[in-house]
Amino acid sequence: MPALEINRVSKSYGALKAVRNVSFSVPRGEFFGLLGPNGAGKTTLINSLAGLCRIDQGFIKVMGHDVKKNYQSARRALGVVPQELVFDPFFTVRETLTFQSGYFGIKSNDSWIDEILDGLDLSEKSNANMRSLSGGMKRRVLVAQALVHRPPVIILDEPTAGVDVDLRKNLWAFIQKLNDAGHTIVLTTHYLEEAESLCSRIGMLKNGELVCIESTDRLLQRDKECLVRVRVKTNPGKLMPALEEMLSETVCVDLGEYLIKVPNASEIEGILRRIRELHLEIDAVETETEDLEDVFLSIMKAAPERSE
Amino acid sequence: MSGFSTLLLKETLRFWKVGFQTIGAPVLTSLLYLLIFSHALKNRISVYPDSEIDYLTFLVPGLAMMSLLQNAFANTSSSLAQSKMMGNIVFILLTPISHHALFAAYITAACVRGLFVAAGVVVAAMFFVNVPIHNIFLILFFGTCGGVMLAALGLIAGIWAEKFDHIAAFQNFVILPMTFLSGVFYSVQSLPPMWQTVSHVNPFFYLIDGFRAGFFGRPDVPLELSIFVVSMVTVFLSLGCFSLIRSGYKLRG
Repeated sequence: MPALEINRVSKSYGALKAVRNVSFSVPRGEFFGLLGPNGAGKTTLINSLAGLCRIDQGFIKVMGHDVKKNYQSARRALGVVPQELVFDPFFTVRETLTFQSGYFGIKSNDSWIDEILDGLDLSEKSNANMRSLSGGMKRRVLVAQALVHRPPVIILDEPTAGVDVDLRKNLWAFIQKLNDAGHTIVLTTHYLEEAESLCSRIGMLKNGELVCIESTDRLLQRDKECLVRVRVKTNPGKLMPALEEMLSETVCVDLGEYLIKVPNASEIEGILRRIRELHLEIDAVETETEDLEDVFLSIMKAAPERSE
Repeated sequence: MSGFSTLLLKETLRFWKVGFQTIGAPVLTSLLYLLIFSHALKNRISVYPDSEIDYLTFLVPGLAMMSLLQNAFANTSSSLAQSKMMGNIVFILLTPISHHALFAAYITAACVRGLFVAAGVVVAAMFFVNVPIHNIFLILFFGTCGGVMLAALGLIAGIWAEKFDHIAAFQNFVILPMTFLSGVFYSVQSLPPMWQTVSHVNPFFYLIDGFRAGFFGRPDVPLELSIFVVSMVTVFLSLGCFSLIRSGYKLRG
């Protein structure tokens, strides 16, 4: 049984089709990334999972529980960190977390709340009113609220938006720890380097459609081209004809500096060997590979546009 | 703690933490009404000519009920509208709290606030006038029904409202006129026949008449009729409000 099962889900707001016939599943323990440009349908899909909006078609199961028919069990299995920085201004951090535990029917949760507060570096602020916290701290409380009932599945909807670098790193270390402990994590983010380093599999949405779902490693291997920047010291003029003979896509950037496009990284050794055969002294070699951002942009460009 | 008791506690603490504003202020406002009306009208109006109950004493249950109704409405409408507009409603919508528990917790907390305010008005008034208590069960019945009715109306308004202006409109153009025209400040028997008929269409009239009968034992209309009308309206509004919550109207997209 997967942690999440999304089957032929569609959701419209009037004439706007926010999610179109999306199907995929997320196995237990996976760190899954859901990417897409603004308005792609990520938040609608997450809201559908969380029961914050009602789908028009299809079904969604969280740990085997249908979010509509068996909503109470589904919600017990799910912790959601919402995108907006929302809070209740009447209460302190500890009160907020105690109430959130109570909503899930948990009577005494102080030790776990202490652990979460400690893990998120919020212990000192436990008795502070929510209004008095900085944006980053409020964001951490949102994460804490999603964790109070120890859900097996945690959904993070752009949790690091507007968060400083230090806090972002701490937050990811904490989330990674939860994933290592067996929690299934679903992440949406616009920081693609985060998705690249954390997620083992990535789904991409565009105009409400799932346009790609692949393991992160495979995505990064996809259409993989490598750029090699070579600088030679002596008699640089000798290199260009030799490289052109071997590879057509070679550009002389500067005197003695060449940018060479190779189909994959294994070709680099061949180029270096050829340079040595020409008795040229290599001053520097740099390689540039495609990252997730390049892959994301190329997939989004290739996916068809939808007007309605 | 269950979801219901947690939400009830949270909603109760929400008004308790700002008690000066949510309990103290309405009690003071009612006392000011009492002071001003007593000064202006005490010797001019005789509500029950055959009894020793003077106008000042007559006013107390009406003011208590008016405060109860307004505060029960304010509690649910402001809490829900604020949660919706600030976005923190998600903390409740994401949880496994049932529709019944959500409805019951909001309504109970609003009733508690309304009853606290009403009790505050009566107790404070007792320092100035002798308020008799004829039947405590009638007082509690009509007080509780009034609280539930207005709390349900407040929830409906909170669900429907998309900005605070909508709540204010509901409060000023629906709740306030219905409260003021229900016999808070007068006995409907003192009105011309046409206005008596109009008053009888207003469910708040039966609430206040029944509530006042609990103090003085002198209802303007038969108590059975008031109990029937108030019960029916309470059930109708509660069912309407519950249906809205269950449907997710304006709560779940």
